[in-house]
Amino acid sequence: MRYAMVIDTLKCVGCSDCVVACQTENNVPIGYCRDWITETVNGAYPSIELELKSERCNHCDNAPCVRCCPTGASHQLDNGIVLVTADECIGCGACIESCPYDARYQHPDGYVDKCTFCHHRLEKGQLPACVSVCPTKCMYFGDLDDPNSEVSQLLKNRKHKTLAPEAGTKPQVYYLI
Amino acid sequence: MQEELFTSGRNIPNIDPSLQIWHWPISVYLFLGGLAAGLLFFAALITVLKKDKEYPAAVKFASIVSPIALTLGLLALFYDLTHKLYFWRLYTTIRIESPMSWGAWVLLIITPISFLWVFSYYTELFPKWKLKFNFLNTFEKFLQENRMNMAIALIPLSIVLGIYTGILLSAFNARPLWNNAILGPLFLTSGLSTGAATIILLAKNAKERHLFSKIDLALIVIELGLIIHMLMGMYAGSEVQLEAMQLLVGGEFTLMFFGFVIILGLIVPAILELTELIGYKVPVAVPAILILIGGLVFRFVMVEAGQITRYLY
Ligand code: SF4
Ligand code: SF4
Repeated sequence: MRYAMVIDTLKCVGCSDCVVACQTENNVPIGYCRDWITETVNGAYPSIELELKSERCNHCDNAPCVRCCPTGASHQLDNGIVLVTADECIGCGACIESCPYDARYQHPDGYVDKCTFCHHRLEKGQLPACVSVCPTKCMYFGDLDDPNSEVSQLLKNRKHKTLAPEAGTKPQVYYLI
Repeated sequence: MQEELFTSGRNIPNIDPSLQIWHWPISVYLFLGGLAAGLLFFAALITVLKKDKEYPAAVKFASIVSPIALTLGLLALFYDLTHKLYFWRLYTTIRIESPMSWGAWVLLIITPISFLWVFSYYTELFPKWKLKFNFLNTFEKFLQENRMNMAIALIPLSIVLGIYTGILLSAFNARPLWNNAILGPLFLTSGLSTGAATIILLAKNAKERHLFSKIDLALIVIELGLIIHMLMGMYAGSEVQLEAMQLLVGGEFTLMFFGFVIILGLIVPAILELTELIGYKVPVAVPAILILIGGLVFRFVMVEAGQITRYLY
């Protein structure tokens, strides 16, 4: 089992529905987010290209945030999901410094918080809130170990990229381009 | 031509720009930890070499500073935790992959030893204040007999403490300025150098002062070499490392880095120490204090600048 997310940048319109869905589903305090939208403009005028995408914790295979956590609060499940146990976290910030994607933040209550791939929803057989709410259906979620899963098939057939692969963390959120 | 015009980055009011997760207490802690490592290392080394009678400042007077530095450093560290009530979680596990974890354990061992070390010199340090209870006298005797054992333990422990203050940062591959293997030895050398400077400050006889001036000179030369290595490594590195280096060379930290760390913190004190060793009269406090300030500014520059360097946005 290896959970991964595939996001189609060609379909994303940057509406931020995923951001709001996550904030609502996960009770994210006001002024914070676990996912966010970036706009990138590429190219040289006049042939420029706009890329919109929804970003979050990449649930990296080689997760530096898990490695550097002194208490084991940051840990990785067998299915690849990286989680933080709030009452083991001392709020040292080491994991925040170690994440190349700035995917973590200090919750006003002191512990560190971030995207969980909606672990609690997966247990009930539901999709992550952001995936299920996307009006353009540009997000896909599934098991990469299963070659027939939608995500495996998409990655097999479509051109894709990950963010900052050079940081060496083996990110598991893929972007179709 | 494929050119990225801009990335909007994120716009999360309470997170962005969240460049500074670590604030001044971390820099202060890294400085004090390095200083204590240097002091304990020299105290232990001189004791193991059985030269403790000749160099009283190193083993006795300066060693008062180390438990104070460690305590203040730990308080600073604690102050910067955001989930403070759970700090004991550090000591329910040992995580070899996390420098912060083994650093926490080394501190747990070395801090009490630094107190015991000073206590073993209690009668010599504070002859006027007699110990009221007999068992304390017995304990002091016991510590004096075991001073050699403490010294033998302190040598590796202090080296680990000194290196750890650098490795703590270099383990973060997400921050290109920190992510180089030289930071460990560099912080260790800098810590030893600030330790030597403190001994010079507190030394009463010229022989001891001169020995530590010589040691300090050697350390400064090594430190300069390591800094050049670090910059060259980043200069030859990837784009993000190059950008990291440019923060120190030409960017917003140039004055702090070259002015305070390299020139005032290393080169000027080296020249002053050399002049003193040749026989000219130089107030030794000047180079020593410059080195201490340089060491502190160095930690600030590295901690602050490192947090600006990144891969995305
Ligand atoms: S994106 Fe950041 S927080 Fe998420 S697993 Fe990777 S390193 Fe850890
Ligand atoms: S802030 Fe919490 S989760 Fe992050 S490294 Fe420290 S203890 Fe671990």
